[in-house]
Amino acid sequence: MSFFTFAWQWLTLASHWHGSAGVPARLIEHIEYTAIAMVIAAVIALPAGVAIGHTSRGGFAIISLANIGRSLPTLGLLILVFVLTSGASWAWLIPLVALAIPPILVNSYEGVLGVDADLKDAAAGMGMTSRQVLFRVEVPVALPLILLGLRTATIQVVATATIAAYIGIGGLGRYIIDGLAVNNYGEVAGGAVLVVLLALLVQFAFVGLARLVVPAGLRKQAQQS
Amino acid sequence: MSWVFANISMLAHLTGQNAYLALVPVLIGLVISVPLGIVCARWSWLYSPVLSITSVLYALPALALFVVLIAYTGLTDTTVMIPLTVYTLAVLFPSVVDGLRSVPEPVRQAAVAMGFGTWRRLAFVELPIATPVVIAGLRIATVSSISLVSVGELIGIGGLGYLFEDGQQRDFTTEIVTGIVLIIVLALVADTVLVLARRWLTPWQRGAGGDSRLPILRATLRGRPGAGLT
Repeated sequence: MSFFTFAWQWLTLASHWHGSAGVPARLIEHIEYTAIAMVIAAVIALPAGVAIGHTSRGGFAIISLANIGRSLPTLGLLILVFVLTSGASWAWLIPLVALAIPPILVNSYEGVLGVDADLKDAAAGMGMTSRQVLFRVEVPVALPLILLGLRTATIQVVATATIAAYIGIGGLGRYIIDGLAVNNYGEVAGGAVLVVLLALLVQFAFVGLARLVVPAGLRKQAQQS
Repeated sequence: MSWVFANISMLAHLTGQNAYLALVPVLIGLVISVPLGIVCARWSWLYSPVLSITSVLYALPALALFVVLIAYTGLTDTTVMIPLTVYTLAVLFPSVVDGLRSVPEPVRQAAVAMGFGTWRRLAFVELPIATPVVIAGLRIATVSSISLVSVGELIGIGGLGYLFEDGQQRDFTTEIVTGIVLIIVLALVADTVLVLARRWLTPWQRGAGGDSRLPILRATLRGRPGAGLT
């Protein structure tokens, strides 16, 4: 229990909530890193996954790529990019994008690929073009899985964005890395609690988002969360 | 390249350490997940509360967990293994439940009609049918665990992660790249072993192609323990 006592003591000290090293500022930085990495990863992985699922060509390549992507050590990639760019301040971006791509890619691919063939037939029979079938049938039906991929990726990125602090940037990881450096247990515990709370918030946000955007007829089947 | 050959015994040692630190937690995670999954598949009201707990654990930053655990288990292998076990559990537990739920009702009824009791049905019918889904989860857990060990380097116990920190200090790219490549190779080897194990354990799927693809997919889709790095 002492973990929570330490975390609580650190979190409830008013001085930790002000200024550029305060919790609100670090939280905003952390959200910023997560958002930038997620937008880039989604721009790359969503169209690719959807397109490959639609044409059902190249599926093997996607799965293999995702597998290798999962085994990429994020810390190693971070240090490699950092050293290669002689210490660029954006070095954190590459490993986070690499981390987010596999779940988005695999889920959008499998989601679109798994759409019932009868549904697609019916849509084509109603006179829809291949494009219309994709955007009016396949993508909406695949939406629960696509969102699951985005959610998994976001939670991973939130937890992992802490590494930005390792190369001297901000975000909630500062508390964990700095606390480790000076043996301030409370600071590490407080930082960890904040990261977990942010991850939970993301989880709830995605559940809410799914309510908003997933077609009503699909929600019953999509009880995955 | 010459650096690699000159240091081959160190690299072999680090690779072995990395494999050990990664695979023991996967085994422990499996040993916990299977009974937990069986219980939650049987009493389904338990599933969603347990799932929300494992999802929270899944979001814990690995580095924070390592540091927090130092206070309890010190700078030992255990400190690195506990978080990896937790992540394995988070990935594997839903796979076990999905796998058991994928057993077709007629199959279950046929087993009952043949006089199988609860335990025999579990051991000889339900668990074998769940195996492909469980192994799909196991593959993700194993690959992630192997790559996550390197974060332990930040507290001094990181298998191949040692090459990252050392390479950074010496500004020596070859060493960092070697570390990344060895981790990927180790992960691919472990993954291949699991695929072969699945073929061996589920001979009935080899031929005409079973259609238990969907639950396997669902297990694959969960992605790797987010917890990610630090």
